[in-house]
Amino acid sequence: MKLSSAVRTAAAAIALSLVLASCGSRAGDPSAAGATSCVDTSGDEIKVGSLNSLSGTMAISEVTVRDSIKLAVKEINADGGVLGMRLRIVAEDGASEPTVFAEKAGKLIRDDCVAAVFGGWTSASRKAMLPVFEDNNALLYYPVQYEGLESSENIFYSGATTNQQIVPALDYLRERGVKSLFLLGSDYVFPRTANEVIKAYAKANGIEIKGEEYTPLGSTDFSTIGNKIRKADADAVFNTLNGDSNVAFFREYSNVGLSAKDMPVMSVSIAEEEIGGIGVKNIEGQLVSWNYYQTLDSADNSAFVAAFKEEYGAKRVTSDAMEAAYTSVYLWKASAEKAKSFDVDDVRKAAAGVSFDAPEGTVTIDGENNHISKTARIGEIRSDGLIYTVWESDGPIKPDPYLKSYDWAEGLAR
Amino acid sequence: MDVVIGQLLTGMSTGSILLLAALGLSLVFGQMGVINMAHGEFIMAGSYTAFVTQQVLGTAGVSLPVALVTGFAVGGLLGVALEATLIRRLYHRPLDTLLVTFGVGMVLQQLARDVFGAPAVNVTAPQWLVGGVELFGTVVPKTRVFILVLATLCVLALTAVLRYTAMGRRIRAVVGNRDLAETAGISSRRTDLTTFFIGSGLAGVAGVALTLIGSTSPTTGQSYVIDAFLVVVAGGLGQLKGAVIAAFALGSLQSFFEYSTTASLAKVGVFLVIVIFLQLRPQGLFSLKTRSLA
Repeated sequence: MKLSSAVRTAAAAIALSLVLASCGSRAGDPSAAGATSCVDTSGDEIKVGSLNSLSGTMAISEVTVRDSIKLAVKEINADGGVLGMRLRIVAEDGASEPTVFAEKAGKLIRDDCVAAVFGGWTSASRKAMLPVFEDNNALLYYPVQYEGLESSENIFYSGATTNQQIVPALDYLRERGVKSLFLLGSDYVFPRTANEVIKAYAKANGIEIKGEEYTPLGSTDFSTIGNKIRKADADAVFNTLNGDSNVAFFREYSNVGLSAKDMPVMSVSIAEEEIGGIGVKNIEGQLVSWNYYQTLDSADNSAFVAAFKEEYGAKRVTSDAMEAAYTSVYLWKASAEKAKSFDVDDVRKAAAGVSFDAPEGTVTIDGENNHISKTARIGEIRSDGLIYTVWESDGPIKPDPYLKSYDWAEGLAR
Repeated sequence: MDVVIGQLLTGMSTGSILLLAALGLSLVFGQMGVINMAHGEFIMAGSYTAFVTQQVLGTAGVSLPVALVTGFAVGGLLGVALEATLIRRLYHRPLDTLLVTFGVGMVLQQLARDVFGAPAVNVTAPQWLVGGVELFGTVVPKTRVFILVLATLCVLALTAVLRYTAMGRRIRAVVGNRDLAETAGISSRRTDLTTFFIGSGLAGVAGVALTLIGSTSPTTGQSYVIDAFLVVVAGGLGQLKGAVIAAFALGSLQSFFEYSTTASLAKVGVFLVIVIFLQLRPQGLFSLKTRSLA
């Protein structure tokens, strides 16, 4: 009796899931077949999506990105909107879970019918959303530096790719006479891929790798790693830790007596907002590699910083990912205006070569891979908790996500 | 040789952090069989208490001792509130308490995010805890020495309370056999509240101490709570002695594994050892000798 009812329940569940699955594919079919999307352009308002983690472990970073997307939309609306239409944000919470990101992306595209989505942070969230955007032929603007080796027709990458952040950081260290490196990262895709690139670069340039360590994401115990780094005695540490781990690491680093003077740490995931949490004293003098700092001296940046502080309070700081998210809204606007249409295919076709005078300087969309050209900058963290440029590239660097232009990177992009 | 000593010291330090995080959990778990998933958030509340205290008092040297006291009170009061509103309705339903306290933990996390913002805040260590001391060729940060001392003091204080006060005797009686204790005229209701206050208060103290080495953010507690559970289970439910030994054993194990392999592998190694250990001794290192069938 019991068994048969279990069988019946199972059969019902399977039947139900089949029905649901067929519904799902039906909803996806028209757009996949190239039919026009459900974006509503009949009124005087057009919807755009913002999809960021407002809860969970990534909220720490992504809430700030959401804030700058909102700021850009507000400015654009005050300025008359895009093609005469006001923008309305539909905000969703990705909850730091890749599966939630994928699910919410589908909701934004199919139910809310947004013209474009801005957001995502971790590579895991981007990878989870990628098929959703491709299947529905929709647009995602992704604002965070990442490990490269990817390009999708449906994603515009406004953060740095490897050759705009990691390679310049290595060039800078080499110029400073660094002959050996210790690699430290969180144990997931970005640090592991970044370190493959770094090791290939090091091999070609005669830099010795004295150690390579990964800690579980969120790990806060760095005492043993501290011992290992002291023992390794490398010229510099290349740090790809993410999130709260950085706080624990830099506290340990300074407490065991290591400093920027004897073993500088080059980080690629610490920006202005994280410095406060680490404590300026623990990280003063250390190096970071990004494309944008709050301290950049330009009219466009002063306006951006002033507007941001006006909106969210004088205590708030601006950072690279926030700037990239802000810029990506304007890039979408410029692409739509060039296309004179909100249609995804039209916007995408028009995007190649579109440029914008961003706070970080002029950026241009590369039609080949949907990344943008950006200026690389090495920054030093000073006692006021802000980052100051100590080196910058001669001009915007052409994005090269697959590192095709470097001999030493051969075989990395598989 | 100095590697061995260095890693032993590191292990002691990791162990003391585990112990501090696990102490209150062990007490509550042992007494009431309540699996308090919000324990990590009580730790987080302690961390933010340290932050607020420092904002108010300004100097780190003064605010740390004050925060240790207020942290205990804040953690304790949160615990009492949780016990009085939710947990007491759910005794004898351990699975439900697990879910309820998990939910409470999530609410507390979001509350912290709304009040203090998502990014981590900085709690400065007092000047006398900056830097490290050199011991046998290894540099041990002073903050870690402080935590070791603090954990020791907490264990001693808790032992003294349990052993030499009337309240402690009542707590031990209820842990030993709840029904028999009630028959003997002990109000298990009041004892439960007291235990929860002390246990949660210790989480608050742990939170204050942990600001010295880690981050103070809404998710702070999550970094420690799983390891704290491991300590409690491996040590034997409600066994102070077991928790102490298990914490230092796990700390040393972690540090030696980590030195010879990598941090991620060490984590796996420690889990494996615990799984094997619990196969051999499901009740943990120590267990109560009691006639109750529970």
